[in-house]
Amino acid sequence: MASDLYKGYRGNALACLKKFKAGVWSEVDIDSTRGEFKGIILPRSETADAEHIVIKLHNGYNIGLAVHTIVSITVLGRKEAHYKIPEKEFPIDPSKSNVKLLGTGGTIASRLDYRTGAVIPAFSPGELYGSVPELADICNLETEKLYGVFSENMGPDQWKGLAEAIGREIRNGIDGIVVGHGTDTMHHTAAILSFMVQDSPVPIVMVGSQRSSDRPSSDAAINLINATRTAADSDFAEVMVCMFGPTSDQYGLLHRGTRVRKMHSSYRSAFRTIGDIPLAMVEKDRFIPLREDYKRRRKDRNVRINTSFDDRVSIVYYYPNMKPDIIESLIDNGYKGIVIAGTGLGHVNKLLYPALEKARDKGVHVYMTVQTLWGYVQMYVYDTGRDMMDLGVIPASNMLPEVAYMKLCWALGQNHDRDEVKKIMLTPFAGEITEREPHNGYLIYQGGIPEVEEFISKYNR
Amino acid sequence: MIRIRKMEDMTPDDYRSIGLRSGLEIHQQLDTEKKLFCRCPVKQYSEDFHAQILRHMRPTLSELGEYDGTALMEFKTKKEIIYQIHKDTVCTYEIDDTPPFELNSQALDIALEITMLLNCKLVSELHIARKQYLDGSIPAGFQRTTILGVDGWIPYRNRRIGIVQLGLEEDSCREVSDLGHRRVYKTDRLGIPLVEPVTRPDMFTPSEVAEVAQQIRWLTRSSGKVRRGIGAARQDVNVSVEGGCRVEIKGVSRIPSIPLLVHNEAFRQVSLLEIKNELKRRDITESSFKSTSSDITGILGETQYHYAADAIRKGLEIRAVVLKGYREILSTVTQPGHTFAGEISDRVRVIACIDSLPNIAYSDMQDDSFSCAEWERIMKSAGASENDEVVIIWGGAQDLDTAANEIAIRAREALNGVCNETRQSLPDGTNRFERILPGPNRMYPDTDLPPIAITDEHMKRISSSLPERPWDRKARYLKAGVPEESAHKMSISTLGSLFDRATIETPYSSRSLAHFFLSALSHLKKNIPNLEDGFLISTLMKTGKRKLPLEAASYVLENTCGPDRKEAVPAVGEITMVDIKTLQNSVRTFLPMLDESGIEKDVFKRFIIGEIRKKFGGLIVGKDLSVLIDRMLKGKKR
Repeated sequence: MASDLYKGYRGNALACLKKFKAGVWSEVDIDSTRGEFKGIILPRSETADAEHIVIKLHNGYNIGLAVHTIVSITVLGRKEAHYKIPEKEFPIDPSKSNVKLLGTGGTIASRLDYRTGAVIPAFSPGELYGSVPELADICNLETEKLYGVFSENMGPDQWKGLAEAIGREIRNGIDGIVVGHGTDTMHHTAAILSFMVQDSPVPIVMVGSQRSSDRPSSDAAINLINATRTAADSDFAEVMVCMFGPTSDQYGLLHRGTRVRKMHSSYRSAFRTIGDIPLAMVEKDRFIPLREDYKRRRKDRNVRINTSFDDRVSIVYYYPNMKPDIIESLIDNGYKGIVIAGTGLGHVNKLLYPALEKARDKGVHVYMTVQTLWGYVQMYVYDTGRDMMDLGVIPASNMLPEVAYMKLCWALGQNHDRDEVKKIMLTPFAGEITEREPHNGYLIYQGGIPEVEEFISKYNR
Repeated sequence: MIRIRKMEDMTPDDYRSIGLRSGLEIHQQLDTEKKLFCRCPVKQYSEDFHAQILRHMRPTLSELGEYDGTALMEFKTKKEIIYQIHKDTVCTYEIDDTPPFELNSQALDIALEITMLLNCKLVSELHIARKQYLDGSIPAGFQRTTILGVDGWIPYRNRRIGIVQLGLEEDSCREVSDLGHRRVYKTDRLGIPLVEPVTRPDMFTPSEVAEVAQQIRWLTRSSGKVRRGIGAARQDVNVSVEGGCRVEIKGVSRIPSIPLLVHNEAFRQVSLLEIKNELKRRDITESSFKSTSSDITGILGETQYHYAADAIRKGLEIRAVVLKGYREILSTVTQPGHTFAGEISDRVRVIACIDSLPNIAYSDMQDDSFSCAEWERIMKSAGASENDEVVIIWGGAQDLDTAANEIAIRAREALNGVCNETRQSLPDGTNRFERILPGPNRMYPDTDLPPIAITDEHMKRISSSLPERPWDRKARYLKAGVPEESAHKMSISTLGSLFDRATIETPYSSRSLAHFFLSALSHLKKNIPNLEDGFLISTLMKTGKRKLPLEAASYVLENTCGPDRKEAVPAVGEITMVDIKTLQNSVRTFLPMLDESGIEKDVFKRFIIGEIRKKFGGLIVGKDLSVLIDRMLKGKKR
């Protein structure tokens, strides 16, 4: 195929390669106005420009040569690379738990993609065993690739499919489930799974990595090991996120699916439990529960799957001077639910009141959450809050905005009656609303303060 | 048997006869304000730190789908890596918790300049690569690096030394300690931009290697934009002999220590080849090679051998590794003060992390170890015959598994002679194992950064302000009549461009200006740190116009802006040099002292010059005075 022969090249670069009949993987001598270069022609990333040809030098480095400098290309031979994770058959041990890894995408295991120059996931049990052999000491692993999408491309179809797959696996007798997921929207998926999968008898552990597994400092292996152990051996029968705990390579944390949020764009320890403390720590050889109120593992298979979902819901992140047309356009476009991330205890400006009133009259369900993320909505403290409740805005307690969004989609998928929806929304199913915020939940210490500095200099955390 | 010769006894032909070849990789930090891929400032190193983090490394696949040998070796060591972080010099990029920012353009320009100075062919598009380092010296587990040019050269004597490539990369961490399974690094150096020119193995004697290293250092310094001081430039020296293979001696910071390191490594390889031949004579091959390992803790309960007894007391195990047919191989000398046993001990230390020395004992060792009776028991228990070598190790069970395995691996490697290794230089000029030499399999494209085009305009901008290469400069000075030594010194001096200006703008000859710049001026610069170039040139122009010698210029400068400056500054127009007659009279007053004091003539001459300079405030022509004294001392004794 011509496109494969000149993979990724276009425009002038493609013309140049064609002229000298030099396809990708050709071993070449290139004579250019900047001198002579020897190497192997590599495929080019499609997003890169059309003016350069990439070659791999014999020392392993890649360089680009501008087409306009190239005088001639002599093809000497061909050396095609086959990037492959060494695949080994995953051993079966009847004394170990059976764990199913459901893949949705993400970089838990990955390989290089020449087309985009980015990494793409690799996934089979054999490949995973080849790159993380420790998994065989933990469980008997089966994998199933449900989707291959970046997490920002997850949507209702994938969430439903995932919930149904989990239900099927549980009914088939699996001992634990791991869900491989890209990290960007992992907490959204964790939230909706917490609602769609009710009363799971086994752990459902979501995992990903912040550093792709093609780098030696990746958190992929340790996260995967921790998640798999949680699924295989732990007593936590809930939907959880298992990710890197502290900055150091020390332990993983289990976060409840409805209370977790990605809080940094790139840190390994990006995932934090918000408004509460995490469920447990996962160390090399043990689990340390941090609380007692978790659901225990059971022998039965009585899981309930409810994949109701109405996607006519939006989150409105309020900002000062927001105009009512933002709300009105949602109403006019047929949205049935709005989750507002309000300021402070849950406020928006007076300008929006007529729009909120209109929403109520049109049967749109409006819930208030806080953009501070930490803390409860409390709309009685100020008059403005009371005014808004009169306009039909319902305080969503300490539900996180994204969680409230997912839950409202789920609730509206089941019912449109105002009171029924309200009942679903305000009844905690999976810890999304808690009765109390523990005193040691909100511990966002700031660097520079002497006692904090003392801690970080003393402990490798 | 092998005879290790001393470096001073060797001629270039001797090195040729063993087929010595050596090349260099020179790591030179660039003098930028910020680091290469983040905005952290480049600051002085410091010993204190504000936080520590811990990481582990795992090997990953190369772009071509293979694991790198070094990476697997490091993984076997199961090290915990601790990074000590100073808040002023490290951000979240260095600890690999933030993706890279765009490449530092100041560093790129300096590196391009050096690439051009090395006569390299420039690439048109930079591709950032990740070079894996599993030793932990970079928290990401890889170094971001890129090639700017290939196939360059520098002149050396009457030939050219090839430059394979020039890389621009981020510097690694400084190692603080490496004990057991824990290695500690400081992160202040991490991420500082550096260039790495790599030469071809075009040097054939140890002293050539040092001279070429010096040549390249001068060249990079001629840009005026590289960092200086301890550790700012470090050399890796590649050495091989005929029949051997490339061994890399890492991180040599002092050029004068290079020759002995090269010499000792050459002979280490010669010795290893001799061992290879000896094993061949004994009919040991890859397939017939045999080693066994057994636990002998039980039979050594009463031992007096301190290290073994200590291990037993601590509840550790003792194991015997039998190397079939290897008798006396371990006691073969490989470097001054080292035997092949050292090669084995190194692997046990580095890979099994049993690093309290001695970490092995072996059946034909000279030093005290087990008693004869114990050795007999050991040999019997381990099933060894008198043709075998038995290596004893002690430690934790898991480490001993690794160690026994590594001993067998290293012994088997002896069948091939020299192994591809990275070795560490020791202060006495010998070296020791650091890790397996990494190959191209550790390269991986950096998916975090797009390629960067180096346009023709960019190249032109750099080449238009390219400094003159030191050797070109030297040739020009020689042509202008500057003597060899001064031409050389001037060609690598930081005062080069000021000197060039003086030769154009003042009436003095290049020869006398070179002398003035290298002697009087460097003295003046020390005393007058803020001496302005413009003032210097205008003074030289004035004294030159009056045909005064350069000593007059020194006199004016010192009295105008020096620490002893006079209140009334002498106008150049009023200066007159002390005439010969006066000088003659003055010298004469000192002559009787020569007979009285009985000192050497040379010393006496320097004394007189000093006194007369003092007396006349420097307004004398040094050369005239020197000739005059010589003439007047002629015929005198001593």
